Amino acid sequence: MKFKLAALALGAVMAAAPALAELVVPSLSYRTGPYAANGIPFADGYHDYFKLLNARDGGIGGEMVRVIECETGYNTEKGVECYESTKGEGSLVYAPLSTGITYQLIPKASADGIPVHSMGYGRTSAKNGEVFEWVFNYPANYWDGASIAVKHLIDENGGSLEGKKIALVYHNSAYGKEPIRTLEELSAKHGFELALLPVDHPGQEQKSQWLQIRRDRPDYVLMWGWGVMNQVAIQEASNIRFPMENFIGIWWSGSENDVMPVGAGAEGYKALNMHLPGDDFPLYDELKTHVYDAGNATGAGDQTGSVLYNRGLYNALIISEGIRKAQEIHGVTDITPAQLRDGFEQLTISEERMTELGLPNFGPAIEASCENHGGQGLGIVQQWNAADQSWVQITDYIESDKEVINALVQEDSLAYAQESGIELRCQ
Amino acid sequence: MPDQLLFAIEVTLNGLMAGVLYALVALGFVLIFKASGIFNYAQGVMALFAALTLVGIMEGQVPFSHLINAIFGTDVHHFAWEVPALLAILLTMTVMVALAWLVNTLIFRHLVGQEPIILFMATIGLAYFLEGFGDIMWGSDIKTLDVGLPQGLNESIDEFTFNLFGYGFFIDNLDIVATIIAAILVAALVAFSQYTKQGRALRAVADDHQAALSVGISLSFIWVLVWSIAGFVALVAGIMWGAKSGVQFSLSLIALKALPVLMLGGFTSIPGAIVGGLIIGVGEKLFEFLVGPLVGGATENWFAYVLALIFLVFRPQGLFGEKIIERV
Repeated sequence: MKFKLAALALGAVMAAAPALAELVVPSLSYRTGPYAANGIPFADGYHDYFKLLNARDGGIGGEMVRVIECETGYNTEKGVECYESTKGEGSLVYAPLSTGITYQLIPKASADGIPVHSMGYGRTSAKNGEVFEWVFNYPANYWDGASIAVKHLIDENGGSLEGKKIALVYHNSAYGKEPIRTLEELSAKHGFELALLPVDHPGQEQKSQWLQIRRDRPDYVLMWGWGVMNQVAIQEASNIRFPMENFIGIWWSGSENDVMPVGAGAEGYKALNMHLPGDDFPLYDELKTHVYDAGNATGAGDQTGSVLYNRGLYNALIISEGIRKAQEIHGVTDITPAQLRDGFEQLTISEERMTELGLPNFGPAIEASCENHGGQGLGIVQQWNAADQSWVQITDYIESDKEVINALVQEDSLAYAQESGIELRCQ
Repeated sequence: MPDQLLFAIEVTLNGLMAGVLYALVALGFVLIFKASGIFNYAQGVMALFAALTLVGIMEGQVPFSHLINAIFGTDVHHFAWEVPALLAILLTMTVMVALAWLVNTLIFRHLVGQEPIILFMATIGLAYFLEGFGDIMWGSDIKTLDVGLPQGLNESIDEFTFNLFGYGFFIDNLDIVATIIAAILVAALVAFSQYTKQGRALRAVADDHQAALSVGISLSFIWVLVWSIAGFVALVAGIMWGAKSGVQFSLSLIALKALPVLMLGGFTSIPGAIVGGLIIGVGEKLFEFLVGPLVGGATENWFAYVLALIFLVFRPQGLFGEKIIERV
């Protein structure tokens, strides 16, 4: 009887204990709902990269990676539910792929001591590690994006935007409003006139905004859109015959999904990107050998090489490099979230390292620190070739205007610290 | 003519055209509500499902291919053919009729005599089921819909107004086509309900279910008929909206644009849906043009509902709705 009880107790303990020596990385994905077309390629790329590491290298540092996928439907409440239901699994880091979910997770994850990596979205001022200990948003943020777009236009106009008119067409949400403050600062600095044109969710009807653009004839239009808003905006721009080469979207308005429905009308449309498009990289050969040909591709396996698939890959790559760094710093392979935070803060991904990883020049070099959780703020401009149905990189990596961005990051993050009673760190 | 006035006229014309597109969605709601008293929450999803099916058939996509591949380890996605637009529309219509029969047989036949709120709840369930079913059947990717409809600036109007006023008006060719199709659709629906046996039976059911049954009209047949017509209207709306933005799952949200139209025009009137659509379209566009810049813009979504609410206060049954008389 005693033996039976002991065996039962042992069984219960084993069942209750987390699986041994696993690196748990949740994927808050959205494969259903209005934004599924964008959520699917990202989630596939994210998962496939970890599958590659598991299949080829036996995980990271000898520890297998377990990806827990949780469907958010791009809904903030569901995203928070996903966080709550997966954090007990020993989750190391969250990549919410939603600015709304990120905003909700910042205080929760900070209290729980779990890092959040919001790559190119979320709260921009989280770049300041002195305030946001647990949040990372490298390689670039929304304000970097606004500055990169303006710098590109300055280059195109022989060094000056004096007297030019730029309209911002934006999703009328926290996400869409992110670049406004930066663009206002840049407008004052460079002498261009800024017009703001909000579009209500979901953005299926934008006639008013584009009639206004047709009347006011801005020299350039910038766009902060997501989902159907992007396709409709590009279609309307084409309808009013706005010069597409003067229309630039943020990196969330620059996937194949955004331009393909418009057909030839989208020719010349530009978008920013924080990494390169396409699949002409050695890493894809590795993926083919170890993941695709093994019949282990995530989802339908039909998203490879698309902009958002590449973004998912890149996000997973940055996280895996952070894990590697944490293992190196702490001398253990089965790391904790706090150790991963240290890894993220000391993360360095050089161009050479990107080449080693099979993605030469794919993303900018990243050098993080306790203070800098946002990287160097670099991005490229890509242009849509409708005939070839491909994005073409047309600039090298452009660095954002740190004079403007850093001041704004400081101001916003310090205000948050004061409101939330956060003591500054890294002193 | 002053510039502002010219712009206002251009905005009004575009508002009218947008209103027609809203009315196309609202029509489906009206048809079903009129014949069965059901507020069909699934109408927007039906438009999505119809458009997905149309593109799937046109492109020769294998339905449920992801599921088939996952279960059998195959790699099938497309048949080796493409279907011309007109034939694909006819085939899609057949699918919508089959859907109407299934909806009636599996759901509403069992709910005859239930409270309207129960029927409404059933349509909510139907909406979510249909959205998931459409996803499994055709996938979630954004599909390009090209049935040969013209899009972009109408050059004749642009040139004509430029010669007249010195400013060329922008009118989208797709909106003009939508207006013509909506006019034909409404005329056909009116002719059908006035001059055909089935149409008269439909009106009889709409007036009084019990009386219609007593003279031998099959309620079940009429409901299948009306859901089929609503399916056809959903297909037309799906084509128009899908041509603007590609066929994607946010298409189901166009139902949100139909609600203020129904509140304003009434739930039981086909002309009400059209007039309501036009008033909402013009109202929201003019408000955005005149007041939007003063309040930061993005007024269209909420102003449409404010406009509908104002009408509701003075005429709860809507502009063309039947007056509600409760006798004790």
